[in-house]
Amino acid sequence: MLSYAFRRLLSTIPVLWIAVTACFFVLRLAPGGPFDGERSLPPAILQNLAAHYNLDKPLIQQYFYYVGDLLRGDLGPSFSSEDFNVAQQIMIGLPYTFTLGMTAFALAIIIGVAVGCLGALYQNKMPDYVLGAMILVGVVFPNFLIAPILQLVFGIQLAWLPVGGWGDGSLKFLVLPVVVMALPHAGRISRITRGSMIEVMNQNFIRTAKAKGIGPRLTVMRHALKPAMMPVVSYLGPAASYLLTGSLVVESIFGLPGIGRYFINAALNRDYGMVLGTVIFYMVLIVFLNLIVDIAYAWLDPKVRNR
Amino acid sequence: MTDTIKNDVLLELKDYSITFKTPDGDVKAVSGMNLTVKRGERIAIVGESGSGKSQTFLGLMGLLAKNGQTSGQALLEGRDVLALKPRELDKVRGKDMAMVFQDPMTALNPSLKISRQLTEQLEIHRGFTARAASVEALDMLKRVGIPDPTRRFNLYPHELSGGMRQRIVIAMALLTKPKLLIADEPTTALDVTIQAQILDLFNDLTAEMNTALLMITHDLGVVAGLADRVAVMYAGRIVEEAPVDELYENPAHPYTAALHAAIPRPDQDVDELVVIPGRPPNLQHLPKGCNFSPRCPKAEDDCIDGPPQLETVAPQHCAACFHPFPRLEELLTHA
Amino acid sequence: MILNPAKRELLAAELLEAEGLSPEGRSLTKDAMRRLCRNKAAVVSIVVLALLILAAFLGPYFIPHGYEDPDWAAFRAPPSWEDGHYFGTDPNGRDLLARVLYGTRVSLAVAFVATLVSVVIGVLYGAISGYFGGRLDSIMMRFVDIMYALPYILFVILLMVIFGRNVYLLFAAIGALEWLTMARIVRGQTLSLKHREFVEAARASGQKPLKIITKHIIPNLVGPVVIFAALTVPEIIATESFLSYLGFGVQEPLTSLGTLIAEGTDAMESMPWLLAFPAVFLVSLLLSLLFIGDGLRDAFDPKDR
Repeated sequence: MLSYAFRRLLSTIPVLWIAVTACFFVLRLAPGGPFDGERSLPPAILQNLAAHYNLDKPLIQQYFYYVGDLLRGDLGPSFSSEDFNVAQQIMIGLPYTFTLGMTAFALAIIIGVAVGCLGALYQNKMPDYVLGAMILVGVVFPNFLIAPILQLVFGIQLAWLPVGGWGDGSLKFLVLPVVVMALPHAGRISRITRGSMIEVMNQNFIRTAKAKGIGPRLTVMRHALKPAMMPVVSYLGPAASYLLTGSLVVESIFGLPGIGRYFINAALNRDYGMVLGTVIFYMVLIVFLNLIVDIAYAWLDPKVRNR
Repeated sequence: MTDTIKNDVLLELKDYSITFKTPDGDVKAVSGMNLTVKRGERIAIVGESGSGKSQTFLGLMGLLAKNGQTSGQALLEGRDVLALKPRELDKVRGKDMAMVFQDPMTALNPSLKISRQLTEQLEIHRGFTARAASVEALDMLKRVGIPDPTRRFNLYPHELSGGMRQRIVIAMALLTKPKLLIADEPTTALDVTIQAQILDLFNDLTAEMNTALLMITHDLGVVAGLADRVAVMYAGRIVEEAPVDELYENPAHPYTAALHAAIPRPDQDVDELVVIPGRPPNLQHLPKGCNFSPRCPKAEDDCIDGPPQLETVAPQHCAACFHPFPRLEELLTHA
Repeated sequence: MILNPAKRELLAAELLEAEGLSPEGRSLTKDAMRRLCRNKAAVVSIVVLALLILAAFLGPYFIPHGYEDPDWAAFRAPPSWEDGHYFGTDPNGRDLLARVLYGTRVSLAVAFVATLVSVVIGVLYGAISGYFGGRLDSIMMRFVDIMYALPYILFVILLMVIFGRNVYLLFAAIGALEWLTMARIVRGQTLSLKHREFVEAARASGQKPLKIITKHIIPNLVGPVVIFAALTVPEIIATESFLSYLGFGVQEPLTSLGTLIAEGTDAMESMPWLLAFPAVFLVSLLLSLLFIGDGLRDAFDPKDR
C-alpha cells in the first residue's frame, strides 16, 4: 500500500512538469505583453520593466528562471500588484477558499452518498424521488443561478442569513456559499452512488452474503458499500476540479476574498503572472487531491495495489 | 448411519411454484413441484438451462429477483421456510441451509479478505468470538484441501485460482455445518481436471457431516458417482425422479432418455454429438399439454390435450409421461 | 406413435407467434423509438426544445425591437403588453425579449459547434486508441486521465485571456475540452468491435487501419456517439453560460444567456425580470436537453434502469 502511494506520487511529477511547461509557453507566445495596457508607456520605462521581470532574456532562459523559481515556491511577480507577489496573494486567499472548498466537498460527499444509497435501496420510493429532484436541481440550475435565488430568498426576503461577505468567518456566512458549491456535486455523487449501489446489490457476491444470513445491515455496510464506493471515489478527482471552478463563481457572487476572486480579477485585467501562478497552484492542488483519491481507490479495490 | 435417521425427512417441497411478474405478463418458472429430501441424502437436480432448476432453490433461500414470488410450502424440519419473515429467514439460511454458487470468480466479495468472508457467519450464527471463528475457519480450509491455509487466509479473492476459490466457497457454506447444502452447478466454471476433485470434496464432506446435498447440474454425467437420487426437471416441472442406477438403466421419460443419449462417451466413436432437437418452451406461453411434446419423438395426439402427472412407474421411480419407455426387463421379455 | 402432422405444425406456429418471433422480427431502432415515445418527459422535452429553437431563430422577425437598439422611451421598463416590451427592457433601454432570444440563439450555436468539435476529436481519438491498443492505447488513455483531473475551465479562461475574447475561439475551446468522456466511450466500443468478424475480414483483406477505422468501426459507433453527444449538449451550454457569466464569453453587443443572467443578478432587487426571463429560458433549455439525452439513453440501453 505504501509503495503504491509512493509510486503514484512519483508519477505526478511528469504530469505537473508537462502542465507547467505548456502553460508557460502558451502564455509567453501570446500576442501582446503584460504592459500593453490602454495607456502607452515610454519605451525606456517599458525596457526597464522588461529587464526587471527578465522579459528581455531569450524565452528558454526565462523558462528556466521560472521553473527554478517555482521549485523554490516563488510563483513570480504579479504585474498589477506592487505590494504582493503571486505567491503572497494566493496565500492571502487560500484560507478562505480552502475552508469553503473543503466544507462543500465534505458536505457534497456526505449528502450525495447518503441520498444515493437510500435511493438505491428504496428504488422508486420516497428517498428515490428526493434524489431525483436533487439531481435535477443540481444539474439544471447552474450555480450562478442558484446563488442569486438563495440570496434573494434567505438573504433578502427572509433575512435569515447574510447575503454575502466573510464577516467574522462564522457559520452563518458560510452556509449559502457552501450550499451553492455543494449542491450540484451532491446531486452528481448521489446519482453515481445510486447507480453503482444498484449494480453492486445485483452482484453475485451480494447474493452469497445474503445466502449466509448475515442480515441486511451487514450485507449493505460490509459487503456492498466498499465496492459501491469505487465509482464515487473515482469521480471525486474530477469533482475536486469542478468544485474549484465553482469557487470562482461563488467567491465572486458572495464577495468572498478567496483565490478565485483574485484569479477572475487577474484574468479580466490580463495580469499574466497572476493568472499563470494561480493556474499552476490550482493544478498542483488538484493533482495532489487526485493522488489522495487514487490512494483511497486502492484501499477500496485491492486489485489496483498490485499494479 | 441407522435407517431411522436416514429416513427422517429434512426438506419437503409441496406444490411449490415460482412466478416472475414481467411487463409482458407472468412467467411461471416452477410450477407445482413436489420433492422430499431426507437427512444426509444426496439428490441431483438435472435439467437444461432455463428449466427452473436454479430458481427453485434460489426461491427456497429467499434469493429470487425482486419480481419473483414463491407459493406452496417448503418445509425444512417441519417449518415452512417460505412463510418466514426476513429476519427469521436470516436465522435459517447460512446456518441450517447453505448454498454454493455456480461461479466462484464472482461469488466472493473482491474487496474483502478471505478471512473476513469466512468468519462472519460463525460470529453471527454461532456467536463465536473473532479468534474462535478464525480457528474454526482455518480448520475448514484445511479440510477443503487448501494448502498453506494460514497464508491464504489473509489474501483477497483475486489472488487465488478458480479452483481454490470454489474450495473457499464450499468451506464457507459448510462452516456452520448446515443440514442442507445446495450446490448450483458448482463445477461448470472450472477446469475439467479440477471438476472431479471438487465433486469428490462434496462427496466426502457431506458424508462426513451428514449434510443433505442438492446438486443442481445440467450434466447427467456428473451425477452418476455423486447422487443417491436424481430428479429431472423440464420447463419448471419434475418430469422424472428415480434412484441413480434405476434412472440410468430404465429412463422412462423421453426427455431423460434424450439427455442420457446426449452424454458424449469416449468409448463410442460418434461422428456428431447427439442433440435434442428444438429448444425449451417459452415459460410465458407453455404448451397446453405436456411441456416436452413439441420436441418429443414419441409425442402423440393425447400429449397435447393435458399435462401428464408424475406417476409411479416402478418402485421409487416416478415419471410424468403418457407414453413412458418400457423398462429394460420388459423389452427383453418381449424380445 | 404417429402425431397428426397438421396439428403439430399448428402447435409450432402458435408457439413461435407467442414468442414474438414473427418472420419480420423487431428492429432495434424501431423498438428504441417506441420506448422513447412512451417516455413522457422526453416527448414533452422534444416539443419544448423545438419551440425554443423556433423562437430563437424565427422569433426576432416577429417582435418589434432589435436586440441592440435602445428604446429611448423605455429604460428599465418592467414587462408590459402595451409598448411591445413583453419582457421589459434593460438599463440601456434594450428589449429583453429580443436579447433573450438572441442569447438563446448564441447558446444553441455554441452547443452545436462545440458538440461537433468534441464529437470529431473524441471519436477519432477514441477509435485510434482502441483500435491500435497496446502501448499507444495506454499512453493515450493516460493522457485523458490527466486531462480529466485538470480544471479545464481555467484553461479556457487562460486561452480567452491570451487570445482575446473571440466567439469562434470560445466555441472551439469548449468543444476541444469536452471530448474526454466521448473518447473513453468510443475507445471502449472500439475495443469490443475490433474483434468482430467484419473487422477481422476487412483486416484479412489487407485494408489499411485508417480505412478500417473510418469505414468499419466509426459507422458502428453512431448509436452510442449520438446518445452521448445528446448528453454533452447541456454540459456545453452550461459551460458557455458559466464563462459568459464570469465575463469571458461573448462580448457586447452580442449576448448570451449567461451574460444576461449576470446582468440580471446585479439588478435582481430593482429589476427582477432581468434575471427571471433569461433564467427561465436557460433552465428550460437545459432541462429539455437533459430529458432528451436521458430518454435516448434509456431507449437504446433499457437495461440501465
